[in-house]
Amino acid sequence: MKIDGVRLVFLALCALVFAAPLLAHHGNAAFDNDKRITMKGTVTEWLWANPHCFLQFEVKDDSGNVSRWVAEASNPPDMINHGWNKNMLKVGDRVTVTLIPVKNGKPIGRITAVVLPNGQTLDGGFGAPPARNAGNADSTAGTK
Amino acid sequence: MRSDLAISGFALAAALAFCGHAHAQDVTRQPGAVYDFDKKGEKPLPAPKHDLTGVWEPAAGPSAGVQANGAGAMPSDGKPEHDLPFTPLGRETFMAHKPTFGITQVPSALTNDPMPACNPQGFPRVVLHNFRTSRIIQTPENVVILYEFNKKWRVIWTDGRQLPKDPTEPTWGTPDPPESRWWGYSVGKWVDDYTFVAESNGFDDRTWLDNAGRPHSDALHVIEEYRRVDRDHLEMTITIDDPKMYTKPWVAVKLRLRLQAPSFDIREMECAPIETEEYNKEFADPAAGIDSK
Repeated sequence: MKIDGVRLVFLALCALVFAAPLLAHHGNAAFDNDKRITMKGTVTEWLWANPHCFLQFEVKDDSGNVSRWVAEASNPPDMINHGWNKNMLKVGDRVTVTLIPVKNGKPIGRITAVVLPNGQTLDGGFGAPPARNAGNADSTAGTK
Repeated sequence: MRSDLAISGFALAAALAFCGHAHAQDVTRQPGAVYDFDKKGEKPLPAPKHDLTGVWEPAAGPSAGVQANGAGAMPSDGKPEHDLPFTPLGRETFMAHKPTFGITQVPSALTNDPMPACNPQGFPRVVLHNFRTSRIIQTPENVVILYEFNKKWRVIWTDGRQLPKDPTEPTWGTPDPPESRWWGYSVGKWVDDYTFVAESNGFDDRTWLDNAGRPHSDALHVIEEYRRVDRDHLEMTITIDDPKMYTKPWVAVKLRLRLQAPSFDIREMECAPIETEEYNKEFADPAAGIDSK
């Protein structure tokens, strides 16, 4: 099991810090909120939809056993704000996913960080969005 | 296969201190992304008179309008100062509700929240649960608000009409038959050059006030105040007045909003049963221990 460096841990912590206020639709009661799991897998489905986007992926352990995971991210508007778009993942992509697992032991969780095939790391879209990058700003000017 | 992350206190402290900085370094803005919230050192132009038009976003960023644990000024968190002034009926009704957030939360499989199945959240829940990017349009007859959350809209009449006299049998007057509404009946007026006040009643009592299961009755009366403090900012205050459920009116949220660029295109955030069904089947139900496949 390989953890993809300090950066991934850092983003996961950021998501932990800010996640709770944003999970406005669906409660936290099913999740083991103090726990994080990081694993590498292969994307089998990436659904971009309300109320939440979700990622399905397969993970193979050292013995060759395959488990199928389902992990939710936030809703599309929040995902956009956090740097995502619907084409960032496709079936067959290799990704590293950090998630909050559910308490019941099923292979289900809530994404806190994903390392994309291109090496970019994004959070699960929960919490405060990133600040605007310098030099990439639209006018905030109003109509008057 | 698994490897749990060891989270040290030092790392957590570092994350708390520097998360925003790390985000700004990591993510490039995309079209449609909402990033235009307040920055230090800004000096907005003066407020225009009698003008609410534009696209508005919580000034502290989109998450500032998301009130997962109930109305932002009075969250359901167990703190004595946030205990609402329930009547006996109000407390009884609150305890009968089973929200997925707040001090009375239950697992999602056990909730009786009417909204997750895409039933109307109605007003004022749209602003007390998940106030997101919204467009305000003014016409000579009314103020129209388009809400991103679940892609809803409502009309506040400014043509001089009065609220329905009987909120339990609401109508704008004969020959219209009485009809309680998910979004109520709303009228508004300018009380000074920069402050617009709206009042609403005539609600369908099947909705909840917020995401924590706070109840309302058919006697609900909502007061909204929008104060244009400068060109770029609007302060929204929502007050709940429901004598059947609460012994006195209470302020549910105060939210500072920021004007967005005129070209801002509000994204779809629609509650679609076809998507919700798949989400529940693949994720929410098994997460809650329900086998729906």
